[in-house]
Amino acid sequence: MTRQDILDELKKVLAPYTNDKTLLEGVNEQTDLLKDLKINSANLVDIIIDAESKYNIEIDYDAAEKMTTVANCIDVIQERMAQ
Amino acid sequence: MNKRVVITGMGVVSPNGVGIPAFLEALQAGKSGIEFVPLYEELKFSCHVAGRPDFVWEELQGNYISDVTFYGLKGTNIGYGIRAALDAWRDAGLSTDNDEPLWHAGLVFGNSTADTEAMRNVITRVDNKEAKKLGSRVVEQTMNSGVSAYISGRLGLGNRIITNSSACATGSQAILMAYEYIKNGYATTMLTGSCEHVDTYVYGAFDSMRVLSRKFNNEPERASRPMSLTAGGFVPGSGAGAMVLEELETALARGATIYAEVLGGATNNGGQRQGGTMTAANPQGVIRCINDALTSSNVQADQVDLISGHLTATYADKAELNYWATALNRRGDNYPYVNSLKSMIGHCLSAAGSIESVAAVLQLKEQFIHPNINLEDIDPGVTEIAGIEKIPVTTLKKDINIVAKANFGFGDVNACLLFSKYK
Repeated sequence: MTRQDILDELKKVLAPYTNDKTLLEGVNEQTDLLKDLKINSANLVDIIIDAESKYNIEIDYDAAEKMTTVANCIDVIQERMAQ
Repeated sequence: MNKRVVITGMGVVSPNGVGIPAFLEALQAGKSGIEFVPLYEELKFSCHVAGRPDFVWEELQGNYISDVTFYGLKGTNIGYGIRAALDAWRDAGLSTDNDEPLWHAGLVFGNSTADTEAMRNVITRVDNKEAKKLGSRVVEQTMNSGVSAYISGRLGLGNRIITNSSACATGSQAILMAYEYIKNGYATTMLTGSCEHVDTYVYGAFDSMRVLSRKFNNEPERASRPMSLTAGGFVPGSGAGAMVLEELETALARGATIYAEVLGGATNNGGQRQGGTMTAANPQGVIRCINDALTSSNVQADQVDLISGHLTATYADKAELNYWATALNRRGDNYPYVNSLKSMIGHCLSAAGSIESVAAVLQLKEQFIHPNINLEDIDPGVTEIAGIEKIPVTTLKKDINIVAKANFGFGDVNACLLFSKYK
């Protein structure tokens, strides 16, 4: 999967946790989940669980802590999928 | 401080009507909300019927809670509570979009068990060594104060926020506490009420106690029969009731519509002594509670026009009517009118007191007495206490000024409220 493929899929994972759906249109690798998408920090846990199930991977606590921007999310997902 | 307290908004999720207009119509028509539930037959319960609100879950999304909050909300009791509470708040003409906390406005909202279906998900996951997959939304929905947390967060309520739990007395007790906070000057506005979702696990436990109706499984609408000879146990119900209480001056200053006034009330416990047990009321406790409520409200026993009874359709109905007779010193033709909303919607447990209070206030506002349905075979023991014409089986148009609403719950806990027409 290319980074763009993952980004497109990731948008679907993020959608239920974003009240203002228009914010999703501008998602790129620099997008910060909390600041730009106004996602509640508690929901990061749910996003990780959803990502685990979507990509059939396991994301440990240390990796999860890095997942604050879209680029970081893609890094972690790509890395885990390669394992 | 001794403020007057009035009701300026109401909301309801009842088995026979969701929303005040539908509920009022159902009360006046004597409409049953009891239905057959195939699952209960499959599960080999002895009672196969229940009072379940015709609730459209998706309607919560957007109008009541944000998309994100809606996504992942599983607690049915919480959904009922949010809907009733926000409807009451809007009915009172209050804003649901507040940037700053409303420091003058608080909440007392009652609840029984948090959703046990949600809890089952926790148990299964944990037992399967999958605790990590539970996610962030489980704690808030399995905690008993979940419903209060959702409502207060949605509206930005900043005064005291309390979740009470006292079995069948929960709803009346919540309203009493909210009333007392305003009366004593702690808040000017209190949103109050209670909710209940009788899921299969809670239902099964009551079924096992053999206190549920089981002889009318094929005729659901006839299954809830308070005060009748064939009353054979209660029918569980689910739902929520809510009201906005306001200090009179505050309500008048903003030109609010006033439904009725809360004159006062009392709550106590029979101590599980003198015949009182976990499940049966100490007669002295009940009588004291009613008398204390009258004293607190400055109401004479002969001024009570209508008793909105607890009256669940068990052997306790006759005892309850007798307690009222003793407390008010009124019998036979001198007895106040008495009705049981449970004949239409069953026993909504923690939500009973709030839904029945909403019904009591609507009867005051609209000047009618709703019927006791399914009372074609009234128990002669009942009419020895209260004159038969005091137990209406059709809707009566009546000038009523004061309604006493009481609930009596497990743990020998009692609560009684007195509502009056606002003058």
